[in-house]
Amino acid sequence: MSVVIGEMLIKSSSLQSLYRQMLLIRRAEERLQKLFADGDVPGFLHLSIGQEAVAVGISSVLGVADTVSSNHRGHGHALAKGVSLSGFFAEILGRADGVCRGRGGSMHVADLSIGMLGANGIVGAGMPITTGSALALKMKGAGNIAAVYFGDGALAEGVIHECFNLTSLWSLPVLFVCENNGWSEFSPTERQLATSLERFSAAFGIAFASVDGNDVVAVADQAGKFVNQMRDMPSPRVIECQTTRIRGHFEGDPQDYRNKEEMSMMSERDPIARARSQLLAEGLSDVWFEQLHAEVDSEIDVALKLAQGSPEPTSDSLVADVYTPRLGVS
Amino acid sequence: MPEVRYLKAVNQALHDAMEVDDSVFVIGEDVAAAGGPFKATRGLLETFGPGRVYDAPIAEAVIAGVAVGAAMTGMRPVAEIMFMDFITLAMDQIVNQAAKARSMFGGQASLPLVIRTPHGGGLNAGPQHSQCLEAWFAHVPGLKVVCPANAADAYGLIRSAIDDPDPVIVVENKTLYAAKSELPDDPQAVPIGKATISRPGRDVTVVTYGAMVREALTAADQLTIEGVDIEVLDLRSIQPWDEAMVVSSLARTHRLVVAHEAVEAFGVGAEVVARMADIGFDELDAPIIRVGAPFAPSPFAKSLEAAYRPDASDIVRAVRRTLA
Repeated sequence: MSVVIGEMLIKSSSLQSLYRQMLLIRRAEERLQKLFADGDVPGFLHLSIGQEAVAVGISSVLGVADTVSSNHRGHGHALAKGVSLSGFFAEILGRADGVCRGRGGSMHVADLSIGMLGANGIVGAGMPITTGSALALKMKGAGNIAAVYFGDGALAEGVIHECFNLTSLWSLPVLFVCENNGWSEFSPTERQLATSLERFSAAFGIAFASVDGNDVVAVADQAGKFVNQMRDMPSPRVIECQTTRIRGHFEGDPQDYRNKEEMSMMSERDPIARARSQLLAEGLSDVWFEQLHAEVDSEIDVALKLAQGSPEPTSDSLVADVYTPRLGVS
Repeated sequence: MPEVRYLKAVNQALHDAMEVDDSVFVIGEDVAAAGGPFKATRGLLETFGPGRVYDAPIAEAVIAGVAVGAAMTGMRPVAEIMFMDFITLAMDQIVNQAAKARSMFGGQASLPLVIRTPHGGGLNAGPQHSQCLEAWFAHVPGLKVVCPANAADAYGLIRSAIDDPDPVIVVENKTLYAAKSELPDDPQAVPIGKATISRPGRDVTVVTYGAMVREALTAADQLTIEGVDIEVLDLRSIQPWDEAMVVSSLARTHRLVVAHEAVEAFGVGAEVVARMADIGFDELDAPIIRVGAPFAPSPFAKSLEAAYRPDASDIVRAVRRTLA
């Protein structure tokens, strides 16, 4: 299917709707944060709080037949692409009704039926997958594109070189979306990378844009322009979204490597607070926000209750999906 | 029945699979214009065009990644890794992505991808162009591994691998590429997971695969002179492997040798032996013997490589030990 993109879409998916999606992701992750602190979320939890504008802005120009790959900080990417909220919660809680039946967890949320090819526990690994998805989409010839989210921490991985080279050589429709939050886990990226994504892109002849990744309209607008071009004539694009990781690398990270000044700037950079100011300036009332927040919280309550009511997967499903069952083949 | 080179059978399998299914495409280093480093893909570009046969840069991680992503997006990619040694550069995509996607996503996805790659020594190609690494992949849940020993099985297993809904590593053997064997005019798919008896025998079962099948048959001829009649069982598939056929052969011979070109320690043979020491314990009249390469990298010098590679004489010695 094709979708309406660029400026036309921004009009139809108004800032109000983008705000609602960002809020949903934020509130969902805040609930997970609390559940994790209470010991109810197994494993690791990497929250994307502060980075919601990227996922929402990018997804606003993608259709269901476009694919996305994500990374370990991928809750927002999955929800913005349309993964069911209850299936998402159930997965992260390790329940049988999770989108991955409790086998993947936070770092592997996927729904291939809507083109969400999975979060990923390996830094940079979504890039080669997306390159392959883009080749398949180009072979099918319907004008669909493949997007991949990765952090600035992935820029030192070798596969980015292979993927930039191949997508440029073969004109594959990959939208490389870098969420630059300045941190490679616990280290500032300036200590990890000798160059920049812009210079990488230029070296391979790939069109590049840097946007304020905490401005959802700016992200959606630039993504819309790029995706429009890519549908007309397949070729890669790089969009670097300057954003903010408000929480630690993972929940439980005391973040003693970040200075107070940076931490105090967080609220000014918060994409949701900024969208709220814009909406207030456009004349929306506090009542509108109260109603919206109540609606979003109620949606989350319902989904979370469903997820929490889902049983833990039983051991009889342990090896069920290692291989695809085949009729008549033992 | 006509005899063809193993390589020709590989080529024909790729050709026939591409002809019947438009979603099959081939990607690898020099597989298109050059027809493949060993010429396995010769003529595919001319027949199917550049939209189905892709010369990739020397970039194994993205070659494997293209296979994974394209398989997730409805295609049936067949990727070639020029030498099995180079597959180390593609391990993340094969082991962490392809193998796990189906299980880790709760059964949502099937990844019908094939990775063809040649293993084995005999060309004095040295430590980084000779390794037999199939045991690594057999150890990873979610992957299937096959290793055909002749033209008919090369054809049949490649067709089955391409039709299979899950990732299959097809391990070919470089020294077999030029070897001729029978291929019917109307070759058939060979089911993955089914072994075959290459030579029936009464006294000792020799389980093997790939180029070592030929060595085992040579050993059988030598042993016949001594009045020893061995059964040569070609696994053909390593993951899954035909445990039932091995145990049923063992039930006839009561003696077992497992032979492969790969390093003996922690190899495919270790798995076969461990299973037979369990489910085949009551059938065993002698200790099980493994034959494999010594625990050292594959060497370059002719004299060293000749000493390194297990052959018929090693199998003969192992068989004699089981009978001692």
